[in-house]
Amino acid sequence: MAGTALWLMVLLPAVVGGVLAVFRLDRAAVAVSISTATATGVLSVVVALTRPVVSVPFMAGSDFALGIDALSALVAPTVAFVTLLVLIFSAGEIHASQGRLNGLMLLFASAALVTVAAQTLPTLLLAWEVMGATSFALIGFWWREDRRVSAGVTAFLTTRTADVGLYVAAGAALAGGAGWALADLASTSAGWRHVLAAGVLVAGLGKAAQLPFSFWLSRAMEGPSPVSALLHSAAMVALGGYLLLRMEPLLTAAGWAAPTTAWIGALTALMVGAVAVGQRDAKQLLAASTSAQLGFVVMAAGLGAVSGGAAHLVAHAFTKALLFLAAGAWLTALGTKQLAGLHGVARRWRLVGWTATVAGLSLAGVAPLALWATKDAVLAAALEESLGLYAVGFAAAALSAAYAGKLLVVIWHRVPDSARVEVESHLDEEQPGTGHVGVLEKAPLLVLAVGAAVLGLLTLPPVGETVAQALGEQPPHASLVELLISAVVALLVLGLVWWRPVPEPRWALTWLGLDHATQAVVVRPTLGLAARLAWFDDRVLDSVVTGSASTALSVSRRAARFDDRVLDSGVEATSRASLRVAERSSTGDDRWVDGAVEGLATWLRGLGRLARRPQTGQLHQYYIQAVAVLAIGVLLLVTVR
Amino acid sequence: MLSLIVFLPLAAALALAALPRLGDAAARWAWVGVAAVDLALVVVVWLQYESPATGELALEEQAEWIPGVNSSYHLGVDGLSLPLIAMTGVIFLACAVYALRETDRPRLQAALFLFLQSVSMGLFVAADLILFFLFFDLSIVGMYFVIAGWGRQGAGRSALKFFLYTFLGSLALLAGFIGLYVAADPHTFDMVALTEQTPLAGSSLAGGLVLAAILFGLAVKTPTVPFHTWLPPAHTDAPAVGSAVLAGVLLKMGTYGFVRIAMPMLPEAWRGWAWVMIAVGVVSVIYGALVSLAQENLKRMIAYTSVNHMGYIVLAVGAAGLVAGDTAEARSVAVTGAVTQMVSHGIITAALFLLAGVLHDRAATYDMAAYGGLAAPAPRFAALFAVGAFASLGLPGLSGFIAEFQVFTGSIAAAPVTAVALLGILVTAALFLRALQGILTGETRGSSVGFTDLRPAELWSVGSLLLLSLLIGVLPRPLLEVIEPAARAVVELVGR
Repeated sequence: MAGTALWLMVLLPAVVGGVLAVFRLDRAAVAVSISTATATGVLSVVVALTRPVVSVPFMAGSDFALGIDALSALVAPTVAFVTLLVLIFSAGEIHASQGRLNGLMLLFASAALVTVAAQTLPTLLLAWEVMGATSFALIGFWWREDRRVSAGVTAFLTTRTADVGLYVAAGAALAGGAGWALADLASTSAGWRHVLAAGVLVAGLGKAAQLPFSFWLSRAMEGPSPVSALLHSAAMVALGGYLLLRMEPLLTAAGWAAPTTAWIGALTALMVGAVAVGQRDAKQLLAASTSAQLGFVVMAAGLGAVSGGAAHLVAHAFTKALLFLAAGAWLTALGTKQLAGLHGVARRWRLVGWTATVAGLSLAGVAPLALWATKDAVLAAALEESLGLYAVGFAAAALSAAYAGKLLVVIWHRVPDSARVEVESHLDEEQPGTGHVGVLEKAPLLVLAVGAAVLGLLTLPPVGETVAQALGEQPPHASLVELLISAVVALLVLGLVWWRPVPEPRWALTWLGLDHATQAVVVRPTLGLAARLAWFDDRVLDSVVTGSASTALSVSRRAARFDDRVLDSGVEATSRASLRVAERSSTGDDRWVDGAVEGLATWLRGLGRLARRPQTGQLHQYYIQAVAVLAIGVLLLVTVR
Repeated sequence: MLSLIVFLPLAAALALAALPRLGDAAARWAWVGVAAVDLALVVVVWLQYESPATGELALEEQAEWIPGVNSSYHLGVDGLSLPLIAMTGVIFLACAVYALRETDRPRLQAALFLFLQSVSMGLFVAADLILFFLFFDLSIVGMYFVIAGWGRQGAGRSALKFFLYTFLGSLALLAGFIGLYVAADPHTFDMVALTEQTPLAGSSLAGGLVLAAILFGLAVKTPTVPFHTWLPPAHTDAPAVGSAVLAGVLLKMGTYGFVRIAMPMLPEAWRGWAWVMIAVGVVSVIYGALVSLAQENLKRMIAYTSVNHMGYIVLAVGAAGLVAGDTAEARSVAVTGAVTQMVSHGIITAALFLLAGVLHDRAATYDMAAYGGLAAPAPRFAALFAVGAFASLGLPGLSGFIAEFQVFTGSIAAAPVTAVALLGILVTAALFLRALQGILTGETRGSSVGFTDLRPAELWSVGSLLLLSLLIGVLPRPLLEVIEPAARAVVELVGR
């Protein structure tokens, strides 16, 4: 029964989504997809409570296995409910090609849920890459505009580059003899364990948009806002962090991998946090902050603070989904997502403004909202491990307050009459605004705001204890002093941002130049190499073949000429020669042979005449001849013997 | 049963050729009917099939043929050949359905393709080298006439190049077969007997030379770098159904030869040549992908991805020759992946070539730059092309992943350096996404304007191929259960 619920949870959205997308059922799309997402949400709660494990044979002796444990029991319902809320929002916002949009969203959600529940490496990789492919299609949803499709291509190619890590990891697991069950990977033989850990680490960093892969997330903001709200807050990016949390025993077992993970997470939180502070576009700011916040999750994975990391992941999912949806609502209504055009927008649509403010304050780390507590749970683990790591993490936390503050200041800023023209000049600059935010768009924000406010409980006593116990760990808790200090610092930074405008350095605006660097170091050289190889293939390799064919042809021509000139003329010469011989022999025939024959005949005739002479017919002459012959005969007989 | 599968299409071909009065429509439907019946027979065989013991075949048929050289009419199937005859049946049926709209001498075309179907089926079930060689050569002859007779203007040259090049390869193959015959004691061309005997075991020079001849012959047909240059022009000039059969079925004759002939009959030489095969495989994977990335002609691009995809197979069978104590499991995973890849590449690439044929049918060009925004006038084409492209780049959930994942993991476990071939899946991803973007998305322009979407015959033929790829991708067990015992047997035989 529980197993059936688990199968249904992943199959229902996959099948319904596939049908919606393939058959473009635009009219039925909203109703069908929202009821499917609702059912999926209910099923996710059922499996979170019952914790089933199911499997069917898949390939190479490994199963397609799904299972829910404490970690996935937290994350699966998060993914399912954010999907539902985003679909409701998108029903109010996007009216074209709803079959394709909602179908792809459900397919994506199914892949995300399989990723969460996967128990073996092939299962994980399957879902992992399908997430990537559907994200390509969703980011490039408005396919008539080239830059949006390009953004989808960038997202898919970058994350797939990182996914290669999982292929290598699978090979290492096979070689290392531990099999492909995720739970067994940490017990792979020593040498292969390092390869495995490296592969998993790269794959996780790529999906989680950590350094150096962060740039794809910036490009991905070309996608529709509901897509960003699902993919870039609760699911795909978050699941990069989730993979590392799940693989924490492997990272620890490999030795070097755990601290590396922690440091990459901390540095991403710091540096991409600074990038977020420097953004002028609301969605770019949110994207950078996603990458930075996932840095805390990745850091937690490296520190072995799975409960803190998971709580941060879930709390961030609700917080960031809300902010992306709010930015989307404003973009639809005003036609801009430039911060310069969003001044005072919270005052115009109060509900959107207030819910976004709750999420913004949570993001800033203001007590007692969600991210304040979850982030401090991660930092507490960092403090135990290394002071340097804690310092970087703390600075990154202060930066979160700065970028969240920057957004909050803009949306609440009362526009003076003198600046009104400047602000209004941004309206409709990206798309025609509708000037309207509907109820379907508002309702999901309320639910998400509750999550953004209270999910900090996941790390605070008493719920926090239960969560940690369920995950089988006893994490260090942030002391009251740490919690207080971080809350105060958040408020201080917010005040600072309110008081003075933040700097916007160029390196931050261009996301550390990573996109350009990738173009220069990877993309252009690859294309150049491809062009050169294609030239080589056509001009050199193929011409060797055609060349040897034409050599064969010319050889055969020469042979033909030899045939004509030498062999044939030889034959002719031979025949001429034989003709001449024949002629000569005919003269010879006349002159010599015939003469010889006639000479012989004459001689024989002479002999004949001579032979006739003794035949005289006189008997006595015959007797004498007989005696002579006899005498000669006797003589011969005597002498020879 | 196997004889029926092999000769039913030939009988139909002769009948079609002998009935000049037959109407075009009747000829087209007769082709579809015969192809469907032949596929149904293959399904029956599949249901009856039980994996034979190592080195043996199931459903054998044997009759005296050329007793003077110990060559008999010997047929049989195992887990290597059964998936391939099923794939052959599917691809020919899809081509028959696609060709329901053919207007150029449909009766003769149907007869020629039915002949090719007989030849292809025959090759995959042949258990005698002379029989194998006969079908191998006849396939070249048949395909020559397809390209020369139904190809684009001036296809004669490409057809001739294809014919001469692959014919040269087949001569090398024959030389190798004769080498095996001479070395066997008693002399025989029977595959089962040769596999059991492993002639030339212990004589590394002669074994190496015979293997070299066989490998050259198979490498030309497969094709691997550097013997692949006949492939792009042949595809560019061939008609859509011709390309589908050429890439889908004929290329597999080369790769099938590796696992059916070279590995089990010359295990010692194969082990000696394993690193060469791995190197050729890796180069084919990366080189094929990169050259493909630079193409502007869609058909040439798909043709070069075939070089890439065949490279995975060569890589895997090469890695299977690296015999070491504890990697037998990994090597059989690699061989399973290789055989799965033969099936998967067949159906996916056939689908892609049929779709390319639609482009040529509507706008008479394969030049990708001539299109743009095609998704607007032709959403069904766009959807199928996107699925085909993702299948070909190895997206999980489709058959290519099942094949490539096993090829990679098995090869990496046997020889870690083969991980470098993973670059291939990145480059193929890049090139297919680039093609998708260039042809389907953006403003509708150039030849895309007024483009007619897929017609039912095209939709059904391509759609069912891709649906099969999806089925294998999601539910691979029925296929893998047939392949896995055979792959283990190959690994066992090559380890002798």
